[in-house]
Amino acid sequence: MLTVLFDGISYGMLLFVLAVGLAVTLGLMNFVNLAHGSFAMAGGYITVILVNRIGFPFAVGVVLAFFAAAALGALFERTLYVRVYEKNPLDQVLFTIGLVFMSVAAVDYVMGSSQQFVQIPSALQGQFHVFGIGMGKYRLLIIVICGLITLGLQLALTRTRFGSRLRAAVDDQRVARGLGINVGATFGITFAIGSGLAGLGGALGAEILGLDPIFPLRYMIYFLIVVTVGGGSSIIGPFFASILLGIGDVAGKYYVPTLGAFVIYTIMIVVLIWRPLGLFARAASR
Amino acid sequence: MTQLEEEVAGFFVRRGRWSPLEIAFWILALASIWLLPSEHLILTETAILALFALSLDLILGFAGIISLGHAAFFGFGAYFTGLVAKYGIVNEPVLALLLAGLAAAALGFATSFLVLRGSDLTRIMVTLGIALVLYELANRYDNITGGANGLQGVDIHPILGRFSFDLYGHTAYAYCLVVLFLLFLLARRIVRSPFGLSLVALKDNPLRAEAVGIPVNARMVAIYTIAAGYAGVAGALLTQTTAFCSLDVLSFERSADLLLVLIIGGTGYLYGGLIGAVIFKFMQDWLANLTPQYWQFWIGLVLVLIVLVGRERVTGWTRSLHHMIFPRLLAMPESRKKRREIAARRGIGRVGGAASDGH
Repeated sequence: MLTVLFDGISYGMLLFVLAVGLAVTLGLMNFVNLAHGSFAMAGGYITVILVNRIGFPFAVGVVLAFFAAAALGALFERTLYVRVYEKNPLDQVLFTIGLVFMSVAAVDYVMGSSQQFVQIPSALQGQFHVFGIGMGKYRLLIIVICGLITLGLQLALTRTRFGSRLRAAVDDQRVARGLGINVGATFGITFAIGSGLAGLGGALGAEILGLDPIFPLRYMIYFLIVVTVGGGSSIIGPFFASILLGIGDVAGKYYVPTLGAFVIYTIMIVVLIWRPLGLFARAASR
Repeated sequence: MTQLEEEVAGFFVRRGRWSPLEIAFWILALASIWLLPSEHLILTETAILALFALSLDLILGFAGIISLGHAAFFGFGAYFTGLVAKYGIVNEPVLALLLAGLAAAALGFATSFLVLRGSDLTRIMVTLGIALVLYELANRYDNITGGANGLQGVDIHPILGRFSFDLYGHTAYAYCLVVLFLLFLLARRIVRSPFGLSLVALKDNPLRAEAVGIPVNARMVAIYTIAAGYAGVAGALLTQTTAFCSLDVLSFERSADLLLVLIIGGTGYLYGGLIGAVIFKFMQDWLANLTPQYWQFWIGLVLVLIVLVGRERVTGWTRSLHHMIFPRLLAMPESRKKRREIAARRGIGRVGGAASDGH
């Protein structure tokens, strides 16, 4: 029981790190980026190449995955996404689905369609036993890392100058521009960090989520659930939504395996009907 | 009748008139039965895709509802037909087709209330979610649906007890084309009626439509239900012509490809789905021959390019096609004359040209 809870939390934390970038682009900037999972997949595959083929240490691989995915995100944002921000949702959907299809086929072409595994150092394998709860070391590490990232993000968003610029840019682009905030650069950096975090999540999660070319399609709905259920007004909402989703999904698969992901999708639809702005949306949200 | 009534009635008559282009299109389609006998298998798929795209056009092009899960109804119709045929409840294709359409429409009606709420984003999520739920259900209850192996043993009897399906798709193509044509006629009738005009109004501005007295929600429910029925018939056709049904009828890719089909052909004038289906199938066939495994990459590239270049510019030709076969209210000769009179009375120059373009 507690093991399920523990696994659920680590899974949810992972989902949060994967989806937080989307929470900003979709929830705050109102850009429908279905291709978010592609950046996560890029991070995962970069780690596989670095760690398995070249022989980098796991930690280095994960960190590099972050930077590589962030660079990729920045590149795409500056060259392609900027042109689509102002378009209507249908165009955004078409554009990002196109990117997903391209990334799926490209990865399939380069890396093959089979599932990839990252070699995790032996020190991280195995379990702790605390009060009779079996806790995987690797999952514990994920919780710690993702917890730190969450804390860091929250502080960055509320306490730093960049955070206030971003909030200003999101709240009212025109006024923010009038105040001399470089909105384009702010969005670009945010997008890059979000993509980088997705890449980091993809690298860390390759073991738990499974990494193959259809990763962006398989987890697209999960990311969207996190954002829509969590609401886009803060990162606390998506955080709790991820944890709930993680626990719900793990518990659902553990206790009622025949129903599978069915439970999750149904919950999402119900939440969307009940509160279209998300469970944790502020009353005075835009 | 007052003059206004006459004018409006005249407008609907003109709007409903067949243009030579349309007649040419259907003659070509009919001719393909005899002219391209070796291509009937792919043409059958094209006709089914065209019907499916027509269904999406009804909600996207006329009511402005973005759906990322239209495969839900397609798959529902497909499995419905497969199951009733497998268990020998209804083996006659035409009756099964009607029932599948009704069943899918019922599902559409039930889920339409979920689609009414919220913004475009919520709609995208809800439609996607409904399709995923159905996919998951079909996957889990594999004792009924056959799961990943597909539904085996679908026994389809000859159409109306007379025309049996053959290996080369001759019967199947003729059958699909007839169904497509009949449903197209119905769709044409629907969108060119006052009801169809009210849909366009609510697509352009729901708030204003509501203000002039159009029951926005009721209209959306109605068109969503009809479109779901169309998609169900398309799915049923697929099951009947292939005597098989697998999970991919409900897949996300099917919904996404469908959007591309409709975007290629252009939305809002009914022929977009049909033309788009022909282009898409042709393109898919060509790409699949070129790179069997990775054709999806090129499909993705087409999507990205269409958006980057601008949908208006890529499918601009469809717009002129659109006006050729689908006259606009402001393009009515009477109203144009009247506007010119008003303009002259006010002493303004040409109002007509600018106003008829402003949309």
